[in-house]
Amino acid sequence: MLKPQQATLDEATLKRAQTIPEGLWRTCPNCGTSAYRGRFGSLQVCPHCGFGLRLTASERLAQLCDCFDPWDEQLELADSDFPGYMVKRAQAQAASGSSESVRCGQAVIAAQPCALAVMDSYYMMGSLGQVAGERLCRLFERATAQRLAVVIVTASGGARMQEGIQSLMQMAKISAARALHVQAGLPYFVVLSDPTMGGVCASFAMQGDVTLAEPHARVGFTGRRVIEATLHNKLPASFQQAEQVMATGFIDAIVPRAQLKARLALLLQLHQEVCHA
Amino acid sequence: MLDQVHNARHNQFPAEALIGELCHDFIRLHGDRLHGDDPAIIGGIGMLESMPVTVIATNKGQTLPERLATHGGSPEPWGYRQALRLMQQAEKFHRPVLTLIDTPGAYPGKDAEDNGQAAAIAELLQASATLATPLIAVITGEAGSGGALALACGDEVWMTSKSMYSILSPEGFASILFKDVTRTSEAAALMKLTPDELLAAQVVERVMSVSAELPRQLRAALIEEFEMLQNLPPEELLARRQARFRKF
Repeated sequence: MLKPQQATLDEATLKRAQTIPEGLWRTCPNCGTSAYRGRFGSLQVCPHCGFGLRLTASERLAQLCDCFDPWDEQLELADSDFPGYMVKRAQAQAASGSSESVRCGQAVIAAQPCALAVMDSYYMMGSLGQVAGERLCRLFERATAQRLAVVIVTASGGARMQEGIQSLMQMAKISAARALHVQAGLPYFVVLSDPTMGGVCASFAMQGDVTLAEPHARVGFTGRRVIEATLHNKLPASFQQAEQVMATGFIDAIVPRAQLKARLALLLQLHQEVCHA
Repeated sequence: MLDQVHNARHNQFPAEALIGELCHDFIRLHGDRLHGDDPAIIGGIGMLESMPVTVIATNKGQTLPERLATHGGSPEPWGYRQALRLMQQAEKFHRPVLTLIDTPGAYPGKDAEDNGQAAAIAELLQASATLATPLIAVITGEAGSGGALALACGDEVWMTSKSMYSILSPEGFASILFKDVTRTSEAAALMKLTPDELLAAQVVERVMSVSAELPRQLRAALIEEFEMLQNLPPEELLARRQARFRKF
């Protein structure tokens, strides 16, 4: 039997390895392929499978908007007695650079005005609590009052557990605001990005007139592990992937990140007259 | 604390029997006209004394085969779409809608996901906000997550003194937050899922004491409330309902 060959590195190579900065290679969470980070480009898209890496709200805004005028950034949550929650919020703020899990405002996307919300999965997994719920509710209310189309880029694990039943109520509150936006005859376009799950998926994420998704984004209600545990069975890799959700009839189109801005601008342009009616 | 959870799950008011006690001449109406018929939802029209009402109840079933078929009272998307169909029918004929809720939540299954569980719930939330007929929800056991909320976006939400209403099951909550499902009791205490706490938070308007008299008392209270709501102009009815959820 052959002895496995020992890989030995000389002193000089080891020393040189130590000078290489961390994080030059990234592994795509969708296809598992590693690539030099530069190859993900400024849009942060996997060069192999086209999966869009998760973005902070400011990165997403920079990719989509010509200009963005924020609304309701100052909304504060009353102090919560839930153990550790206030500390967790502060950490989330530092990690994401966002003051909550969604940022809303008036935006211009390739010369088309709209009311825009982008969710930030780096802020407590984009979870929906009272501040985010109030921002989104006001987004629809302002859009109704100002006759604007709404665009929301979703990214969320669902309702925020730390806020309990109040968080659940946000789903109903936002849905009611959307219902009045519908009654005013105004359009709403959703972009499902990875992940869009739980209470966010089961409310405003599925109430759009047009529902777009980024390639391979995970979209669903109950998480895969919970379903596997219930069924005592493994689910296929395609389960809850945007492509599969589109095949079952719940998504209009999968749009690669590089084309997203132009696609949204076109949709907004096509509905311009509706807003001015 | 766990007593409340245990009581709420005891199937104290099996849907079929409770509907029978509240209404006479109940006619069950099946199916969503799109995909199928969900045994976890009992829907139909009945007489609340002299008032025709549409009733939509989650159903846990009584026998083992029933409990298996209903997944312990967890609706699938076609159950929610049946509920929506019956609500819209009630609106068309100016009938009030009563929902009776006792569900751990929407069913976590592959077919349910592939058939748009999230979309079915989202549709009910949006439609309830502008449904121009009175809508009262009564929680009779456990009410968990979006799967319960879908049927609880009414003018009023009531619950029995031995029921609970929460963002998720205490087990699910413990496993997400503490990564430890054995800390369920601690989770339940943090969740503020008891009728008193929910009343204080204005999540529910009324708590009905559990006793042998409950069905009779509930029927009388429903008739009174439905009559009041039906006398409101539709715009006012909807403005009140929207304001109810706007405050959260």
